[in-house]
Amino acid sequence: MKKADTDMIPTPSQTVGPFFAIELTTEEHCVKCVAGPETPGKRVWITFRVLDGDGVPVNDAMLETWQADSNGKYKHPDDVQPKELNQGKLDQRWLGFGRVATGEDGNCVLETIQPGRVAQQAPHLMIAVFARGMLKALYTRVYFAGDPANDEDSVLRLVPAERRETLLAHSDPARPGYWSFDIRLQGDYETVFFDV
Amino acid sequence: MDSVSTGVSIKPYARPPKGSQPPSLYEPYRATKKRAPLKPLIVLPHTLSEITGPIFGHERVGEKDNDLTCQHAEEPIGERIIVSGRVLDSNGRPVPNALIEIWQANAGGRYRHVRDQHPAPLDPNFSGAGRTMTDEQGAYRFITIKPGAYPWFNHYNAWRPAHVHFSVFGNAFITRLVTQMYFPGDPLFAYDPIFQSIPDERARERLISKFDLETTQPQWAKGFKFDIVLRGPEATPFEKS
Repeated sequence: MKKADTDMIPTPSQTVGPFFAIELTTEEHCVKCVAGPETPGKRVWITFRVLDGDGVPVNDAMLETWQADSNGKYKHPDDVQPKELNQGKLDQRWLGFGRVATGEDGNCVLETIQPGRVAQQAPHLMIAVFARGMLKALYTRVYFAGDPANDEDSVLRLVPAERRETLLAHSDPARPGYWSFDIRLQGDYETVFFDV
Repeated sequence: MDSVSTGVSIKPYARPPKGSQPPSLYEPYRATKKRAPLKPLIVLPHTLSEITGPIFGHERVGEKDNDLTCQHAEEPIGERIIVSGRVLDSNGRPVPNALIEIWQANAGGRYRHVRDQHPAPLDPNFSGAGRTMTDEQGAYRFITIKPGAYPWFNHYNAWRPAHVHFSVFGNAFITRLVTQMYFPGDPLFAYDPIFQSIPDERARERLISKFDLETTQPQWAKGFKFDIVLRGPEATPFEKS
């Protein structure tokens, strides 16, 4: 019945290149703050640092983030969980999407609220990494170190125990709400990336 | 593949066929060498987090944002073109309300970006960036000028074929696509490691737009067709032949 699938091969990815900032990460199109001031939830600031195989900061990467709200619900029709968006009533502008570009030091900061548990998963953000020298996006996840739900998260359990650490953001004891997360594209402490 | 147990049932997305996507590491494209993971990726059965994604409203797009020739006092220099097509999923279904963002070099092959050092002139009437949303049939349309090819430092005498960068959001975070649209018959294809990084020739050809007389406007602009295929939901076993 179905025609040969060659007609419908998905379009291949190509690198975002060095000049994406003229459209994707202009002041207008960046989303450095996922949650408006009225968004309910525990507010967090996550500093991402992107490093290449030599440990050199990647100063031309873009990160996109996707997350549930503080109730653990995605603003999306395919989220079939029998619960409501916490944001729904208070923050009509909530999407759950972030987009930030790294600076000269390879760092960027995302302001958001900590997501709730989605079904039985531990709180996490989805990350897609784009950069010159990357022919396709790399996907990873940010979990929050110290969250007891991490121990029973079925995605973390797919990851060899010795590499799980690379998926944990760490909080700064001196500054409540501030977290850091390194993305090492290659090398000994290479971040776990997912084939999605 | 086993599903991960998260307590909700999920309709997963199809995985792209082998060879249809570039590898992360492709040595002829030098910059991949230090930016490609060398450890195996963890195959992730889809959860709600993968099959959902941002759904943008039309407020992100201005009325004239899809016309890159009318953003300044005068028209940009270059060959005026109309790029149009449809966004479909791999099951052939249109993807409506998909946000498409594009950026490109000017007719001389220069980007309006501080790091672009190619000694070709900037065009005061061309910013090289635009955006639109697909309609109910998944159709979109841009008016722009044909970008120039430009040199880069990947290897001796390296030139990128003329291209327009496309960024597309589908229905899920994992259907996100950033790619480049090329023009038919470009003699630089054979020498371009970014284009050549895709192993499957049929997949590679997806990236080449087609000249289209029907959308060409007499005495005004040439038309090029560029359809974009995003990953679609996996066919159920019953539908598979």
